[in-house]
Amino acid sequence: MMIINLIGLLLIALIVWWFWLYNPDKAVDTNTKKITIIVDNGIYQPSRIKVEAGKKVSLQFLRKDGGPCAATVIFPEFEISEELPLDTTRVIDLPVMPSGEYSFHCPMKMYIGTLIVE
Amino acid sequence: MNKLTDNIANDNTQELIIEGASCASCVGKIEIALKGIEGVDNAEMNFALRTVLVTGKVGEDTLIKNIEAIGYNAKSTNETSDDQLLDEKEVADQKYYRRLMTQVWIALGLGVPLMIYSIAGGPMTVETTIERGIWLFIGLLCAAIMYFAGKHFYVGAWKSFVNHNANMDTLIALGTGTAWIYSMIVVFFPMALPEMARHVYFEATAMIIGLINLGLALEVKARGRTSEAIKRLIGLQAKTARVVRDKKEIDIAIEQVLLNDFVRVRPGDKIPVDGVVIQGHTSIDESMLTGEPMPVEKVEEDEIVAGTLNKSGSILFKATRVGKDTALAQIISMVKRAQNSKPPIGRLADVISAYFVPVIMITAIVSALVWLNFGPNPALAFAVVSATTVLIIACPCALGLATPMSVMVGVGKAAEAGVLIRNGEALQTASKITAMILDKTGTITEGAPKVTDVIIADKAYTEKYILTAASSIESRSEHPLAQAIVDSAIEQQIDPENISDFQAIAGHGVQAQFNGHHLLFGNQKLMLKNGIQLNEFVAKAQQLADEAKTPMYLAIDKKLAAIIAVSDPIKKDSIEAIKRLQANGIRVVMLTGDNRATANAVAKKIGVKEVFAEVLPEDKANKVAELQAKGEIVGMTGDGINDAPALALANVGFAIGTGTDVAIESADITLMRGSLHGLADAIAVSKATLRNIKQNLFGAFIYNVAGVPFAAGVLYPFFGLMLNPVIAGAAMAFSSLTVVSNANRLRLFKPQEH
Repeated sequence: MMIINLIGLLLIALIVWWFWLYNPDKAVDTNTKKITIIVDNGIYQPSRIKVEAGKKVSLQFLRKDGGPCAATVIFPEFEISEELPLDTTRVIDLPVMPSGEYSFHCPMKMYIGTLIVE
Repeated sequence: MNKLTDNIANDNTQELIIEGASCASCVGKIEIALKGIEGVDNAEMNFALRTVLVTGKVGEDTLIKNIEAIGYNAKSTNETSDDQLLDEKEVADQKYYRRLMTQVWIALGLGVPLMIYSIAGGPMTVETTIERGIWLFIGLLCAAIMYFAGKHFYVGAWKSFVNHNANMDTLIALGTGTAWIYSMIVVFFPMALPEMARHVYFEATAMIIGLINLGLALEVKARGRTSEAIKRLIGLQAKTARVVRDKKEIDIAIEQVLLNDFVRVRPGDKIPVDGVVIQGHTSIDESMLTGEPMPVEKVEEDEIVAGTLNKSGSILFKATRVGKDTALAQIISMVKRAQNSKPPIGRLADVISAYFVPVIMITAIVSALVWLNFGPNPALAFAVVSATTVLIIACPCALGLATPMSVMVGVGKAAEAGVLIRNGEALQTASKITAMILDKTGTITEGAPKVTDVIIADKAYTEKYILTAASSIESRSEHPLAQAIVDSAIEQQIDPENISDFQAIAGHGVQAQFNGHHLLFGNQKLMLKNGIQLNEFVAKAQQLADEAKTPMYLAIDKKLAAIIAVSDPIKKDSIEAIKRLQANGIRVVMLTGDNRATANAVAKKIGVKEVFAEVLPEDKANKVAELQAKGEIVGMTGDGINDAPALALANVGFAIGTGTDVAIESADITLMRGSLHGLADAIAVSKATLRNIKQNLFGAFIYNVAGVPFAAGVLYPFFGLMLNPVIAGAAMAFSSLTVVSNANRLRLFKPQEH
């Protein structure tokens, strides 16, 4: 029983570490390569994207998930809300952004991505 | 501008729309330029349609650049219109729905018989070798179902997991996975488990996958209805337009209409793009955009907007805004943006959902541990059931859906009533307004003053002479009331005559020389300053002021000649709309530049007790601040042009538009109809939406807060109650459906009849 309890506590610790404490991967830099953000299976891939500050940037999205939530991507800070047609690449132009981290997500925040402007 | 770039470079033919090609010689120039590009096999221009068809493997950008280089503009015909996007979305939704329903049938096909068997008392335990064989077969069947009907949950869960993310898929995958793995352990190693714990839960796995897919499918259907309003707006766009090209009228697709094209509209046609009437007159039904039921008369030089309906006459008009620039396109994009923005009330749910799934996973583990440590026999079976049920019943989706669904319907509903809400924050604040400042001119009143009285003081002059003199001097003045006098003279076929030595005296009036006579025209201050005797006419002027009219004195050669009174008529439904606001407990305050007497008279007429009179345009914002300092949540309503700073400062700025003027940047909410009822409607819709969001959030919170402990088995020690994981699956599937359905109830909301 002792071992089972320890395993349980260890699992809890793992959950806390994996979902909350872990530092996210390095962001994908759009300056070095052109990328397409795939919208599928509950995530944006890649979901951390680095772009240059003080420049107009555009991001290319390709939605593969038929779920209604994936159909819209929102950049709340810039009041951008765009429909993503299924299986079609869509370019979304972003305004010149000051440095910082901005999130983009679907209306229900199931899909979440981060835009790192440097 | 966003564009689709679906393998255009690989297509062999592509079509571009050319702008700025005004003569036939342009055709050759464009064709030669295009053919000169490496990779272009052929280029053929249709001059009538102003389109060019290019054959060859060249990117569209290159083609456009080359056309621009020789002085024309080009754009793609592939730009997806809202209409196409909507169709695509519907097709995609349909496909998604059908796929889900197939999965529902697959999963329930096994789940339901098993479920009936277990309810009917069939043993779900593994004792004999034959039983093991049968259950192994069912277990494998169940695995197939998990693959065919529930693959998306497992793939989604895994992909999120490697990205350090967790969502609804994670919970369903873990819940059904736990139940299945435990059941398979029972099948393979029954001896490793206590006798009472040798129970299989394959029916739970299949049923949960089936029910959750069913919930998702029904949700897709219900969601489709939430965007009804935007569909209706998009549906207002005409598909084709009849334009005059080379002296011939031809029908072309709406995307091909260019700026400054001449467009013919026949009775019963929709107006295809925005423009100005060049020839003919007609009446146009604008109700679909503004909510104004009466058709509007249009003559030459009047503006008309896309999406409205031509009722009676045939007109020719010049296109002034096309494509994404039309008022309708702007309304659509504004409504869409607002529908996807979130009011502050939704932020708490966002914060919670960020932690929700891992917290539920931890709860499931804790619950299992508690059962294992303290539970009765078979503790292991209880632990598995409670962990599975906790994972399944928790519904992050209901929380996530609560706010966006209601905003979607509420903003759409408002748009149907001719009320454009900029964003979720404006929607929420509008529902809490405690004080409303109404600018008088153009908001409460028509904003078009008329001459109401001409009182002759010196019998030497006729009314005609007075009006000639007054209109002559006022034709040079920029005062808002001056136009009323000029219009009134023109109506009586009196033409303004030449004047000289014109001088405007700020805050007083004007003076000039007219046919050798000296004219003074203005207020009482001007007369007193010039020593003009007014005698009993002061009382007469006062009487006019008491009737909410503005009296002005005309003195000829330093002697009072007449009083001319001008008044701005109150809109016919202002009084009723103000009553509606007051009935909602809103403190209504009128703001005007008029003198106190006139202002009070108007206020009395419309039933408003508080007045800010004699307010200079630059002081309007200060009056907003004054009320805010008293703790009021202030709404400010004006025309959005002269009072932009006040609208911006107010908690919610309302711009009362004329027709379909949507380009009012300073306003949080734009009323496309001139009536103040739009204001009361806007507040009513925002209140109803906020109430709906609160119901949704409350429901979603309570559901999770009550459901999770119940699933963990807190009721077991007291009542011996343990929740079945299948029921948890059903509850979870239908909780998000409930949220969407409740939001859909808003569609039935009607602002008070008027």
